[in-house]
Order: sequence, then C-alpha cells, then structure tokens
Amino acid sequence: MFFPSSFVPHIMKKLISRERIYAAAFGIPAFACLFFLAGITLVLFKEGLPLFAKVRPWDFLSGTAWYPTHEDPEFGILPLLAGSLWVTAGAMLVCLPLGIGSALYINEIAGNTQKAVLKPLVELLAGIPSIVFGFFGMVVVAPFLQRLLHIPTGLCAFTASLILGIMAVPTVCSLSDDALSYVPASYREASLALGATRWETLIKVVLPAAGSGISTAAILGFSRVMGETMTVLMVSGGAAIIPRSFFQPVRPLTSTIAAEMGEAAVGSTHYQALFAIAMLLFTLTLIFNIAAEILSRRYRLKLGLQR
Amino acid sequence: MDKEIRMRAEGVNFFYGSRPALKDVNLEIYRNQVTAIIGPSGCGKSTFIRLLNRMNDMVPKSRLEGRIFLDGDDIHDPDTDVVDIRRRVGMVFQKPNPFPKSIFENIKYGLEINGMRDKSVIEDKVVDSLKKAVLWEEVKGRLYDSALRLSGGQQQRLCIARCLAVEPEVILFDEPCASLDPISTSRIEELLMELKQEYTIVIVTHNMQQAARVSGNTAFFLLGEMVEFGKTQDIFTKPRDSRTEAYITGRFG
Amino acid sequence: MRRKIRVSGAFREPFERTSARHAGKASVSAGSCRNKQAAQKAGFFLLFCCILMTLLFLGSIIYFVFAGGSKVVNWDFLTQWPRNAMTEGGIFPALLGTFYLTLGAVTVALPLGLACAVYLCEYTPGSLALNAIRIGINNLAGVPSVVFGLFGLAVFVKFFGFGVSLLSGSLTLGILILPGIISASQEALMAVPNSLREASFALGATRWQTIKKIVIPQALPGILTGVILGIGRAAGETAPILFTAAAFYTRRYPQSPFSEIMALPYHIYALMTEGTHPRQQTAIAYGSALVLLILVLLISGTAVFIRQRQRSIYG
Repeated sequence: MFFPSSFVPHIMKKLISRERIYAAAFGIPAFACLFFLAGITLVLFKEGLPLFAKVRPWDFLSGTAWYPTHEDPEFGILPLLAGSLWVTAGAMLVCLPLGIGSALYINEIAGNTQKAVLKPLVELLAGIPSIVFGFFGMVVVAPFLQRLLHIPTGLCAFTASLILGIMAVPTVCSLSDDALSYVPASYREASLALGATRWETLIKVVLPAAGSGISTAAILGFSRVMGETMTVLMVSGGAAIIPRSFFQPVRPLTSTIAAEMGEAAVGSTHYQALFAIAMLLFTLTLIFNIAAEILSRRYRLKLGLQR
Repeated sequence: MDKEIRMRAEGVNFFYGSRPALKDVNLEIYRNQVTAIIGPSGCGKSTFIRLLNRMNDMVPKSRLEGRIFLDGDDIHDPDTDVVDIRRRVGMVFQKPNPFPKSIFENIKYGLEINGMRDKSVIEDKVVDSLKKAVLWEEVKGRLYDSALRLSGGQQQRLCIARCLAVEPEVILFDEPCASLDPISTSRIEELLMELKQEYTIVIVTHNMQQAARVSGNTAFFLLGEMVEFGKTQDIFTKPRDSRTEAYITGRFG
Repeated sequence: MRRKIRVSGAFREPFERTSARHAGKASVSAGSCRNKQAAQKAGFFLLFCCILMTLLFLGSIIYFVFAGGSKVVNWDFLTQWPRNAMTEGGIFPALLGTFYLTLGAVTVALPLGLACAVYLCEYTPGSLALNAIRIGINNLAGVPSVVFGLFGLAVFVKFFGFGVSLLSGSLTLGILILPGIISASQEALMAVPNSLREASFALGATRWQTIKKIVIPQALPGILTGVILGIGRAAGETAPILFTAAAFYTRRYPQSPFSEIMALPYHIYALMTEGTHPRQQTAIAYGSALVLLILVLLISGTAVFIRQRQRSIYG
C-alpha cells in the first residue's frame, strides 16, 4: 500500500493549518476593495473637512464666487456645480437617445452576423481614452463649432456636452443591451402572437419591461459623465461662472480639481477646498451608484430572476 | 453475512436546511463486496452515498445526525482529516468528469496531490490504473491526447482509473452508467465484478436489473428511509417489506 | 430571436370576417395594418440611424486622429527623445513611462484581484461578507478617476512619502483597475463547471490544490481578458497620474520607482495646455494621440478577441 495509515495523523495536522493559511491568504485581500473605498472616504474627509472650520458649508455650496487665489479668497462652488450639471445634462441629451437607440437596434433588430460585429465594436469603442476625446474636442470640434455657429469660443458647455455625450454612448449602449437581454423571450412571443408588429412589441412591451434596467444604465451613465475629468478639462473653457447659455465656457467640479491642484499648496485652504469638492463629487457618485444598484436589483426581481 | 464490515452507517439523519432528506438509516458495507442502493428518484440514495465520502459537507445549511464509520473510525470526528477520507473512499460520478487535460495528466493529478513525485513511479502507476480499468489497450498509443476526445464510456473508465490510482479502500459509484450506452454499461459492470476482488464497492443505481446483476447486497431506499437491506438474492426473490415488493415488481418508480 | 411576421392575405381574411360581424364597432382593418407597417419601418429606421450616428461619430474621431497623427508618427517619433522645448523629436520616454506605469498597476491589481475573485468563488463566504465585498467592488468601480488621483496624492505621495513617482502612480492606477479585474476573474472562475471541482475533491485534493491546479488553469483565458482590459484602461488614464506620477519632461530615464516619469496621456494634455509653441506641439500631440489610440485599441481588441473566441467555443 502506498499510503500507510500511520502517516495520516502527522500529515493531517500540517494540512489543516496550511489550508487555514490559504483561506486567510485569500480572504484578507478579498476585502481590499471595501478597504480602499473606506480609505478614500477617510482621506477625502480628513483633508477636506477642515475647510469648514474656515468657510460655512452653506456658503461653500451656494456661494457664487469661486476665487481661491485672490487676496481675500472666496470658495463658493455654485458656478462649478452649475457647470457640472449643465455639461452632464447636455451630455445625457446626446448619449441617452443614441445609446438606448443603438442598444435597441443591436438587441432587437440586428441579425446574428450584425450582432457579432456590432457588439465587440461597441465594446472596443468604449475603451477609447478620455484624453483622446478631449484632444479631439479641443483641436477639431471646438474650432469647427466656433466657425459654424459664430460663437465667441468653441470651448464651452455645448462642445463639452457633445463630446462627453458621444464618449458615454458605448457605455450606455452596453448597459442597456444587457438590460434588454434580461427581458424574457416569452414577453415578445406573447405580444407577437396577439398580432402586434415587432416595433410595437419593442416600444410597448420590451422597453417598458426593461424600464428599470435601462434607468439603471442611465443613472450609471450620468454618474460616469459627471465624474469625467480630462475631456471637460480640455473642452469646457475653464471659466468659473454660472452659465447663462450653453455656449458659455464653464468649469465643472472635476476640471476644477484637476486644473487647480497643481497650484494649491499642501494644507492650504485652497487645497482643503479642492478636497472638499472631491468629497462632494465622491458622495454624489456614491449615491448614484447605490441608487442604480437598488434599481437594478428591483428590476431583476421584477422579471423573476433570482440573484 | 458476518464477513468483515468496511463501512457502517448508524442512525443517520440528514437535513437540507429544515427538510429531512434521510431518516434513521442503518446500513453495513461489507469488505470486497458490491453493495447496491436502489430506489425511485428523490429517495435519498445519492444523498446517502455522498455522505460516505463527506462530499455533502460542501452543501450549505445541511446537517447530519448519527454516525458513519470507516473501519471503525467515525469519519465525522473533528480529528479526522476529511481529505484523507476522500482519498480512502473514492467516487465515480454520474456524468464522466475528466479534467480538460491529457489522459496521462488526469491520472497523474491524483498522484501529485497526494505527494507522489517520482516520475518513474508515477508512470508505472498510470499504466497500472489504466490496465485495471480495462482502458489501457484502447489508449496506450495516445496517452498525451486530450481526455475530452474519448467516448463517454472511455471517459468513465478513465475516471475509474483516476480513482484507482490513489489506492482507495472503498469506491462509491453514483449511477455511473446513467449517461452511457448499453455496451459501455455492460463493460463497466464487468469491470465492477473484477474490481470487487480488491476493493469494496457501493453503487447507486436506478436500474434494478443492474443491481441484480452486479451486487451481493442491496439496500432499498424510499422517501429518505432505508426500507430494507439484505442479500441481493433475498431482496429480489423474497422481499420482506411490501413496499420493496411493490418497487421490485414495478408497481411504482 | 427573430420572427418574420407577414400579414398575408390568408391571415387577414378570418379577421375581416369577424370584423364584418362586429361592423360598426372599432376593429382592426387592412388599412391600419398598413399604418402599423409604416410605423415599424420608420421606427426601425430611426434606431438604425442611432447606431449609424454612434459609429460615425466614433469613427470620425479615429479618422481625424489618424489623419493628423500619421503625418508625424514614424519610427524616429517612437524611439527618440523630445528635443528643442518639445517642438521636435519623439515621445519615447512617454511610451516607456506608460509601459512602466501599466506594468506596475497590473502588479498591484492582479494578485489582489485574483485573490478576491478566488475567495468569492471558491470559499463561498457567508452572505454578510459576500455583500460587504460586493458593495466595495461595485462602488469602487464608480469612483471618478480624479478622486483616485487625490487619494493617491494624499496617501502615496504625501503620507507614505513616495513623492510624485512611478510608485505612487502605479499604486493609484492599480486601485483604479482593481474592480475590473475582480469582475472578469470572478466571471471566469464561475464558468468553470462544478463537476471538475467535485472530481478533484473526490480524489482527496484539498481546496487549495483544486484551485491551483484545476480551477485557475481552466479560468485563465477569462482572467487574462480582465488583465488585458485593465492594462488598456491604465494606459489611457490621465487624472490619476496628474498629481501622482507624471512630469512634462524628464531629463533621463527613470532611475528608480521613486522617479517622476513621462506618460503618453499626460503628454498629450501637457502639450496642449502647457506648451509654448502651439503649432509644432499640436502636431506632436496628434502623433501622441494616434500612438495612444492604436495602443489602446490593440490592447482592447486583443481582449475582445479572446472573449469572443471563448464565447464561441463554450457558448
């Protein structure tokens, strides 16, 4: 016999402790994401909260003057917030119709060969770096729009919305496509069997059924666009004013941080203010993510899928 | 019936969550004999056999009451190494599950994980196992081909060879022929008759005729209870329980 | 699922007979069928336009970058150092820096990510731990990249004192790509059929042996896809390295992980915003953008290709 039983007691003690070590070796890094998330929260709050000893939170959030480098600095982020919201909303106007429409096409209308080409293509395009979009916007689109629309500068909220919107389309398209594929075939079959056209089925049955799933895609798209930095940095114009029209330059929250962090001395009020902005940004995206998660879970439960 | 007892189940109750799957099972497995477990679908036979090598440990929220002994030792004793139990009590599954590796590698795996390093010894053992599983003649020219290219019956014999290589004492067969054609099935049944001379075999089968063909003792399970246990001949010709008789004669199942 | 529903004459007749019986009440008639068909044609066309516009827009970006960049990119451009206040020469140090950064990021993210995926998949922790980990992954994935940059600044650059360096940048990028690697690895591990694990356990293997020798090798293509996608992402990100690693110009090759480095995406940004000679520097920026685009598309393309092949083999 190759495996004498007398070996066993000695080996077994070694094996037990070794297996526990392995389990721990995997278990501890598993919490890394949570750990980093907590770490980010901690760091942002640690560096950003001290601002509110010097500036009242209400003044921070609603103040309309952002002059961090003046003799008598002012830290009102309303113009920055407004800039973010304008640009993000504008981008949504572009990316939602295009993204959801493309997803509908790929999911419902495209044949198998088309699907096999389009799906990977969209995935591929989702990977184009944001700096390339920003560069393209700055060098090609902005001058073009400036000439075309006779506006003082092409670097404005409109251009930024346009570019951001196009950038977000592959993401919204993929997420919506996933949501649509969860809708059971039985819904479609039932509708067609009643004499509805495919288009009617799509609009009146599939789309409503996928409603929460697509809303999730929209919320996540919104969150990503709001968090986007490089594109807006290069294209939105950089003026920290509350825009009155789409064609004015703006400075969203993200580009403020990116543009000014280099100049702010560590530990200075400016530095803390930028961290405070990051706190706000982080909290907002966290809220959106959680909302999307809840919505997505409710969507899957509604369709009868257990997760 | 007083041959040596290899494994014994005593008062075994098994629960999935709060649902009882096995109720008060008492059973003896005798050395160098084939013990068959028969019964209709859902009667608990697979659940029971998987307790014998503690595969059901991995089912969440399950609970075992009662004891199971291997050579007199309680296999659920906290001091016992479950990994060692699984080596000593091998298992062949319903659907052949060779690893996506070569035929040689499939068998080598079991040896490696149990500490064997010597290449020449490994080679000998691989050949030996393949011969015992009556697969050697068919694969000796292509040991390094992928195991997935073999037919269903060949794959199952490979799984048996893989199991034999680690020198188990008891081999559990969980409906091993369920996904095989009749010719492969009869080959495996012949193999079982050969193997019982060296190993103790427990086979779960939904095919009564198979149980009658290969086994020395048979246990009849119904709805989680072991209704009757005895010599195969007795069970099939003069069953003591009316339920056994009903199943044997095909009134249900 | 495609069904061609054609309203043929044979189908319509019984309907019309019924509607004749219910004459006067609202009923489906041949006319409205035609309207429905028209509406469908219009609707489908609209959707087709959506995907067309999407592809056109994205295609035009690629076109313009190619058009502008191909004038500049050649072998010298890729292998030489910048000269003359960044108006001539090449982008070699930026390429090198990007390479080092992505290597560093993967070195951080792969072990952590794989360990997490293995734990989630193979050690099936209780639902409390499972949910906690999942929340961590999903929310970390949604954090804006500039916030990662600030985190890296405060923690690696300042607190740990690594300074603006390759190390700080790699660590920051590593955390950024971590959720992606975990998701891809988890998917790959879960796709390994359970029957293989059972076979291994039944032979007396421990959990670690099963994972190391059976599960991970089988899941390798999926894990690789995740890593490749992570590389692509790390190569293209700018905001995380703005304050943690990147410099506009370094005189020498990086001497140690603590040196500042140039990086391709940052190079584009700096040329356009800090450059002093816009005309020549825009040209170089075009070239850099082209190189970055090709790099990222090649990397993503490889990953997508592997994934498609996996799907077609295993369905």
